[in-house]
Amino acid sequence: MARMKFLCDAERCIECNSCVTACKNENEVPWGVNRRRVVVLGDGEPGEKSISVACMHCTDAPCAAVCPVDCFYTTDDGIVLHDKDLCIGCGYCFYACPFGAPQYPQQQAFGVRGKMDKCTFCAGGPLADNSDAEYTKYGRNRISEGKLPLCAEMCATKALIAGDGDTIADIYRERVLQRGTRPQTWGWETAYPTG
Amino acid sequence: MATHKITTGRVRSKRVRQMTQTLALVLVCAMVLPLTGYLFPETQSVTAQAQQATGDANQRSEFWRVVREGGAGYSSVVSSVANPETNTLYNITGQNWRQIRNGLIANYGGWFLFGVVIAIVLFYALRGRIDLTEPESGERVQRWGFWERSLHWYTASLFIALTVTGLSLLFGRALLIPLLGPEGFSFWAGLSINIHNTLGPFFVLGPILMFIFWVRHNLPTAVDVAWFFKGGGIIGKAHPSAGKLNGGEKVWFWIVILLGVGAVSFSGFALIGWVQEYFGVEFTRSYAQYMHILHSVSALLWIAVFFGHVYIGTIGSEGSLDAMTRGHVSKEWAKQHHDLWYDEVKDAEESSASPASSSETESTA
Repeated sequence: MARMKFLCDAERCIECNSCVTACKNENEVPWGVNRRRVVVLGDGEPGEKSISVACMHCTDAPCAAVCPVDCFYTTDDGIVLHDKDLCIGCGYCFYACPFGAPQYPQQQAFGVRGKMDKCTFCAGGPLADNSDAEYTKYGRNRISEGKLPLCAEMCATKALIAGDGDTIADIYRERVLQRGTRPQTWGWETAYPTG
Repeated sequence: MATHKITTGRVRSKRVRQMTQTLALVLVCAMVLPLTGYLFPETQSVTAQAQQATGDANQRSEFWRVVREGGAGYSSVVSSVANPETNTLYNITGQNWRQIRNGLIANYGGWFLFGVVIAIVLFYALRGRIDLTEPESGERVQRWGFWERSLHWYTASLFIALTVTGLSLLFGRALLIPLLGPEGFSFWAGLSINIHNTLGPFFVLGPILMFIFWVRHNLPTAVDVAWFFKGGGIIGKAHPSAGKLNGGEKVWFWIVILLGVGAVSFSGFALIGWVQEYFGVEFTRSYAQYMHILHSVSALLWIAVFFGHVYIGTIGSEGSLDAMTRGHVSKEWAKQHHDLWYDEVKDAEESSASPASSSETESTA
C-alpha cells in the first residue's frame, strides 16, 4: 500500500507559483483560500530558497488530534482528509497545524469562519468519488482516477514531487547523489517522524 | 518548672514554624525552577539567528534551523482569511498547544471538574444542609431588589448556557460522540459554538453591571478576615459575623470580576477576533493558542467555583435561595448569616418608622 507524501526540493523550486495556481484552478477552492503557497526564505539574498507548502498529510496529524468533532480521517494511502459536513469551523486545526494548512472561507462577526478547507492531495472527500457534491465541497478527486495531485504534475522544474513516500524518496536521493549536496527533506521530520 | 515548660514549648513551636517555612520554600522552588526551561526556546532561536548574522561556519544548518523555529520568509500568497502567517513555513507551537489542550485541559480538566462535583457531594453527605438555628417567625427582610435579581438571573442563565456549550465543545468528542453519533454531535457542536460565540459578548454585560452596582458591598473588611478564620460557618458550627455580604460571597464576586471578566471574557473576545487590533497584534496561531489556554483553564476554574456557589445557594444552606428568587429572606436567616447587615436594616427601619428618633440613631452610628 502506498503512503502518499509531498516533497519540495528547495534546490529546484523557482517560486513560479504554478502549483498554487494549478491547485486553485483544478479544485475551484473558495475565495480567499489557497491550499498551497510558496514561501521564499531569504528573499533577494544570496542562497535564497523557495519552498512550496500545503497540507503534508502527517502521520500523526495534529489537526485530527485537536478536532472537537473528530471530523478528520486518514485514507489507506495515508492521506489526511476531513468531512465538511461535520466541521463546525472552530479553528482548532488551524491553531495546531505547523504548516498553516487549514484555512477558512469567511471571517465574520462573532468568530464565524465557515467550513475549514485544506489540501486533499487531490483525493476529494468522504462523499461518492467524482460526484458533483464532492467536487463542490472538496475539489477534484484525481487519486480515484489514478492521477497524482495537479500541483506536483504541473511543477515545471519538478521541485514539488508527490506520490508514494518510498518512490519520491528514491527520486530525491538520486538527485542529491548527482548534485553532491546534502538532503533537505523539508517538513518530513515533523510530518512523518516515524516514516 | 512551669517557665521551663513554656520555653521548651516556644522553642518547639519556633522550630516547627522554621521547618514548615523551609518545606514551603523547597516546594515553591521545586515547582517554579523547572519552569525556567520555557525561557530556552526563546533564547535558542535568538542565538541561532545571531550566529547566522555573524557568519557562522555551518551557515546552511543555521538557515534551516531558523526556518524550523518559525523564521518568516516571503510569500506572494497573502489573501488567506484570518491567517497573517502565510509567509511562515513552520509554526511548531501548535505541537505544544496540542499537548496542553488534549492533555492538561481536555483530560485533567475533566477529572478536575468531576472531582469538584464529587467533593461537593461528599461534603453534603458529611456536613449536610446548614439549617437555621431558630424556627422561622414569618418576619421577612428585603435583601435584593427586582433589578438586582434580574441582573443576577440574566448573568446566571447566560453563564449556564455558555458552560453547557463550552463544555460540550471541550469534552464532546470523548463523551457525546459515543452518545449522539458523529452527525448528531456535529449538529450540537455547531449549535454550541454559535450560541457560545454569540451569547458571550452579551454575557459580559452582566458581570460589568454587577461590578458597578455591587462593588460597594464587596470591599473587603476586617470582619471578612475574621469570618474566614472561623470557617465561614460552613466548616464547623460557628456563626461568624458578616455584613450584607460575607467573606465567601466577596471572594466569589472578585472571582467573577477578575477571573471571569479579566481572564475568561477577555480571552473569549480575543478568540472571536475582537481585540487584537487594540493591542496592535495580529491573529496568529501563537496568539490564538495562548488565548485558548487562558480561556479554557480560567473557565474551568470558574465553573468549579460556580458549582460551589450553586451548592451553597440552594441545597447547602436553608433559606438562602429565597434571597435571589423572592428577594427577601427570613429574619432568622438574616440574623444567623448576616448579623451586622441585619442590625443595619433594623436600625434603618426603626429610624424610618419613627422619624423623631432618627437623629438619635444617627448620632449613635
